[in-house]
Amino acid sequence: MERSSRAATAPGLRLGRSRPRYGEAIVKVVLLVAALVSIATTIGIVASLVSPTIEFFAEVGIVEFVTGTSWGPGFRPPTYGVLPLVTSTVVITLIAVLVAVPLGLLAAIYLSEYASRRVRKVIKPTLEVLAGIPTVVLGFFALTVVTPFLREWTPFDVSFKNGLSAGIVVGIMIIPLVASLAEDAMSAVPYGLREGAYALGSSRMVTSLRVVFPAALSGIIAGVILAVSRAFGETMIVVVAAGSNPSLTANPLQEMVTFASYIAQAASGDIPVGSTVYKAVFAVGSLLFVTTFALNYISARIVRRFREVYE
Amino acid sequence: MTVLTTPKTAVRLAAKGRPLREHLFRLALVASLVIALGFLALVLYSMISKGMGRFDARLWENMPSIRRPEAAGAQSAITGTMWLIGLTAVMALPTGILAAIYLEEYADRTRWYNRVIELNIQNLAAIPSIIYGILALGIIARVLGLGFGVLTGAIALSLLVLPIVIISAREAIRAVPPSIREGSLALGATQWQTIYRQVLPAAIPGIATGSILALSRAIGEAAPLIVLGAATFVPFNPESLFDRFSALPVQIYFWITQSREEFHLLAAAAIVILLALLLLMNSAAILLRNRYQKRY
Repeated sequence: MERSSRAATAPGLRLGRSRPRYGEAIVKVVLLVAALVSIATTIGIVASLVSPTIEFFAEVGIVEFVTGTSWGPGFRPPTYGVLPLVTSTVVITLIAVLVAVPLGLLAAIYLSEYASRRVRKVIKPTLEVLAGIPTVVLGFFALTVVTPFLREWTPFDVSFKNGLSAGIVVGIMIIPLVASLAEDAMSAVPYGLREGAYALGSSRMVTSLRVVFPAALSGIIAGVILAVSRAFGETMIVVVAAGSNPSLTANPLQEMVTFASYIAQAASGDIPVGSTVYKAVFAVGSLLFVTTFALNYISARIVRRFREVYE
Repeated sequence: MTVLTTPKTAVRLAAKGRPLREHLFRLALVASLVIALGFLALVLYSMISKGMGRFDARLWENMPSIRRPEAAGAQSAITGTMWLIGLTAVMALPTGILAAIYLEEYADRTRWYNRVIELNIQNLAAIPSIIYGILALGIIARVLGLGFGVLTGAIALSLLVLPIVIISAREAIRAVPPSIREGSLALGATQWQTIYRQVLPAAIPGIATGSILALSRAIGEAAPLIVLGAATFVPFNPESLFDRFSALPVQIYFWITQSREEFHLLAAAAIVILLALLLLMNSAAILLRNRYQKRY
């Protein structure tokens, strides 16, 4: 839409008026306060994380945290090496991406380039339903359907709780996200480009892959990064299906504990407030927050910087 | 913007002759969609087939029990979820809609603070839900002293879904054409009168759709509530804002972590309730969108 035609309600425009309207000013303040709730949320998150995290590093030491290879706050003596959580989080995210990106992108190409309006009208809400399934349900699905399947039908020695099953189901969870963001990006590519390609004799496949896909690439990458960040912070699927014993391994057939699943586990047990374990939860939370924040920021930057502006 | 469509003949000509790889590509596209939707069907089927045997009145009439799975129900979890959703709706929807009105109708985008608000909302929408649990645990429950009652849980869920409400309400408000605002202003209405009497009524279907989807997200959310310690044994309904509570997804998690198979059946039965509720809300949202969304 043209911005200029909306300027009628934009601020700064002073229409002549006969008397001051205090109600209007009050309304504006109320609305601004509502908008500021989101800022307060961010400040609250940072505030809740900062001081326990600093106290944690005063007690444990940042070197042990970053280089330690064993995570066992419950051990005697307790160990606070975060590397096992890092490898698990990365491995599960990677599996999820391997599942979701190909399926999500192909589904997006179909929806944007091939499907008729009618088909799209049915499939998009259905994908939304998939996106709306509670993750605790998906976790149960991973535990009771996917893991038994892997144990039965693959030659590997899959343990009862494992990172592979959790990663696959996290991937399923983010398929709709990848598909809908990629489809938005591809639908935004102007028709002129497609028509140009057709006029030069391209087939539909060539048009989709060589014209539309590259033109929408920045939006697609931003969407994939957002999906990665979602997988990175997924809690319930991992806590249910991937187990509770962290070890320094990249083998997804074993139990794995990610940042988010550790927080859920530790917090659902009884931990005394103010203890080192309690602070460890916040330290891991900080790590999770900073990482996802960075991913989201990169995604937003990519959209802004590399967006092809047509018109 | 007028939507131009490629003339059908051009597409047909382009696909003429159709070498094998064109067909294979199309097949791969359809297959990926079938796989994604197949998983959806599989999830629904496996939960229903597992849970239906235990899906009876005990589920909503009885309280959870640790020792006797055959007598256990999810009543405290169901009422807990109702409390949470009611409170979340009361807190998150007005705040979110007002914030959306501010951003769409009042905010001057050249001001840095408005850009910060906007970026911040985008970022909050992508923060893992468990972080909201940490916020609730560290600040709302302890520093603000609201404790671990149903109110704290609802605040955590409200903050979690607030960005979703704001983003969808903004889209709905943006879809109302400027000419409607201009007409109202030209007739002498003030800005707020224009918004309240013209823009909002036209945007209501879109706002309602987004609100329902946001609430359905809140219903299924377990992680922040677990951090608040809701996954413990709660055999009573909450009676005030500060009572301890359970919720359906949390109760389901609690049952999944039990080792006895009977509890897993209970979990599946409770999942059936949860999914039925969510499908109902989703269909309502889709119906609203398809029926009332005007194209200007």
